[in-house]
Amino acid sequence: MSEALHFHFNVDGENFTSAGEASVQVKKKLRQLGMPPETIRCVSIAMYEGEINMVIHAGGGNADVYVNEDEIVIVLEDHGPGIPNVELAMQEGYSTAPETIRSLGFGAGMGLPNMKRYTDDMKIDTVIGTGTTITMKVYVK
Amino acid sequence: MTVNELALACGFEAVYLPDGEREVGGAYAGDLLSWVMGRASADDVFITIMTNINVVAVASLADVACVVFAEDVTVPQDVLDAAGRKEINLLKSHVPMFETCVAVGRCLK
Repeated sequence: MSEALHFHFNVDGENFTSAGEASVQVKKKLRQLGMPPETIRCVSIAMYEGEINMVIHAGGGNADVYVNEDEIVIVLEDHGPGIPNVELAMQEGYSTAPETIRSLGFGAGMGLPNMKRYTDDMKIDTVIGTGTTITMKVYVK
Repeated sequence: MTVNELALACGFEAVYLPDGEREVGGAYAGDLLSWVMGRASADDVFITIMTNINVVAVASLADVACVVFAEDVTVPQDVLDAAGRKEINLLKSHVPMFETCVAVGRCLK
């Protein structure tokens, strides 16, 4: 695998129950590629949290996954409202999600912290009123 | 201990068991799914009373050994369908969350 494999997904902002389809697809593909189980777990959880965030806060977006021999790069891009205070958003338990989301088991303020927890590198580029791009890397161990 | 053995030892009902011979490593209980994804380990028993379809996605992505629905909750058809597609083991406990956790804890000792 000299060149990165690239997978692209549109995350539907309207359909909360189908959120996670991209993560599940990525999980399947990584499994087919023979990636280590823990690497697959990290990538798919981080991506799922990102997908859920895009559905809750940004009306959907794009997810791109690049699979290299030594690392997997996940790029999540949305055109939502942006994150006013990234430091606050990174705190476990801090949430701006509406109550309806909580009844579905999400909105506990663990999304971004989990994305950081399960990746080796995470970068947040956010512009108020324009959108957010999150780039995450998981090293293949 | 396998999922089949756990179900038998704890008196859990099999809701859907595509891989009952899967080994169980530990357990995690909770209803807030991001907490579960953040804290549960692969091969855990995931105990919850949450029965929406996202539970199946979380179980799949966190790679848990099985889900145990406590409190005798009714498992909706869309959850069963999703578990079928993703091959997720589902069990049901007829007792509340705490007693369910105690039972699983005793088995895993």
